[in-house]
Amino acid sequence: MSMSLAPPTPIAAEPGAVVITGICGRLGRRLARKLHRQRRVIGIDRRSFPDRPADVEHHELDLRSPRVREVFSAGVSALVHLGVVHDPRGDTAEHHASNVTGLQKLLEYVEYFGLQKVVLLSSANVYGPRPDNPQFLSEEAPLLGAGPFSRIRDLVELDMCAQSFFWRLQEVKTVILRPAHILGTVRNAPSNYLRLSVVPTLLGFDPMLQAVHQDDVVRAILLALAPSARGIYNIAGPPAVPLSRVLELLERPTVAVPHTVARLGVERLFRWRVTSFPAPELDFIRYVCMIDDARARQELGYAPAHGLVSTLCAVDEERWLG
Amino acid sequence: MAQKTALARLTEVATGRGLPLLRRAFDGVQRVAGEVTERLLGSDFEDRFRVLADRYEQLGGDPFGFDPEAVRTAALASAFFHRAYFRTDVYDVDRVPAGRVILVANHSGQIPIDAAIIGCALFFDANPPRITRAMVDKWAATLPFVSTFFSRMGQVVGLPENARRLLNMGELLLVFPEGMRGVSKPFSERYQLKDFGRGFMRLALETKTPIVPVGVIGAEEQYLSFGRASWAARAFGLPVFPLIPQMLLPGGQLPLPTKYRLFFGEPLYFEGNPDDPQFVADKVYLVREAVAHILRRGLAQRRSIFL
Repeated sequence: MSMSLAPPTPIAAEPGAVVITGICGRLGRRLARKLHRQRRVIGIDRRSFPDRPADVEHHELDLRSPRVREVFSAGVSALVHLGVVHDPRGDTAEHHASNVTGLQKLLEYVEYFGLQKVVLLSSANVYGPRPDNPQFLSEEAPLLGAGPFSRIRDLVELDMCAQSFFWRLQEVKTVILRPAHILGTVRNAPSNYLRLSVVPTLLGFDPMLQAVHQDDVVRAILLALAPSARGIYNIAGPPAVPLSRVLELLERPTVAVPHTVARLGVERLFRWRVTSFPAPELDFIRYVCMIDDARARQELGYAPAHGLVSTLCAVDEERWLG
Repeated sequence: MAQKTALARLTEVATGRGLPLLRRAFDGVQRVAGEVTERLLGSDFEDRFRVLADRYEQLGGDPFGFDPEAVRTAALASAFFHRAYFRTDVYDVDRVPAGRVILVANHSGQIPIDAAIIGCALFFDANPPRITRAMVDKWAATLPFVSTFFSRMGQVVGLPENARRLLNMGELLLVFPEGMRGVSKPFSERYQLKDFGRGFMRLALETKTPIVPVGVIGAEEQYLSFGRASWAARAFGLPVFPLIPQMLLPGGQLPLPTKYRLFFGEPLYFEGNPDDPQFVADKVYLVREAVAHILRRGLAQRRSIFL
């Protein structure tokens, strides 16, 4: 065995750099801005990061590229993985491969270079909205989200990968965060849904919803980066309210559609590229998928700073700024 | 020209004489409606409503989706069935202890009206008023309107996790251990208790919650069911399809106006190991006997199904 294969000893004195994958997403940029004053931040993303703070190092790389390994070789102590690709239009198989192999590679580097911390941003969607869900899902609930909605499969699999890593390498402080619907300037399905000029709902269905402000998610990630934090945590925001109340507070015009019609309609519209919402996502406005975040509150000391109104209004923030 | 004057005269008559007459009639109807509402809801409805609303305001809203305002909306219709249609007699509702409690009742009547009437008794007749959280079948959660209505009225999907959370909130849980077998029992098997599920007893032992047996008399005759058609249930994707000939008659869709009698038993306190199946089964048997005893006594006292 040559000497070069032996893993280098991590620098223990000062907290090393934090690698953030998917740093150019809206959540990643917010996290980088919060974090770069305390710790060295290195970003990895296929996209460019034009207005990044001067002390943030950025690499325009695909996660599967062999050059990612070099990024990890110099004094990195933590990984925050936000770089999960969701694109309802993209090729499923390609996505799946890039998401799963991407995370596998990253975890390989974490093990090899002896990083102390991994934070994976999963989602409460992995539990899936179901008529027989308990009102509050704990972290032990089965991840059934991929049953009716195969595109969540990627997310479920990433969560599982991280879980097996969590159990296999007990010395690495792995944290899996499963936030409820993240609202804000982020471009995700719940925020896009609430930004529609006329919001469709399902006639006769009005499930309880949980949402969390993007900055509360950033806060949770920062708490997860604390040296001792290790575990799987649900992250919820202000108390749950019915969907109708959400739309009332946002003063959105709504149109109620019978669920059978909506399903067929959205399927067609999706195929014709009129909408970017896949039909199985309708279950999120039909059934409950609510989480219990008591563990995060106790062990991480997490508490949402944003109330209901400011969480909801966050989806409009950039709209008025133009 | 002549047309225009005729029209003008008509308008004058309408506004000058027609409108006041209409308004008087409308006022009269409104006054009668007000009196009927007051008679049905009782004079202390607002106070009762406030007690509930305050409780959930203090809890910071109900995570299961219960909305006190929805109670106000549904109160009139439920009060009509409770006080006028079924003329419910409520016995010993003050035996229900404060704090968390599980009510265990016989289930019948094809449509769970018995749950609604028990809910009415605890809202209109108990002091202080309480909201009844019944455990509903998950099938109901897939139905439009029904799912939303149940959720706003405080009903929850029947899962042990939900029940445990409600008990920890200090709520009143209504359980029908006979389940679907009970609600769809044919007329020939009325007041014969089916097998009891055991989940409620495990919960009661785990959380040290008192159990109040409840006997509902009257519901078992409201629809005359002659059996169940399992092929129809399969064809329509329903959990059960009772055969009710009266449904084919005009007006037969409404339940028969039987007289409801609700008997609340003495609270039962159990202690022991919830994971010992034999122990749990024994205690379930005791509760089933308590309900059966209440039913036997109630039926022996009853002179008529309708009076």
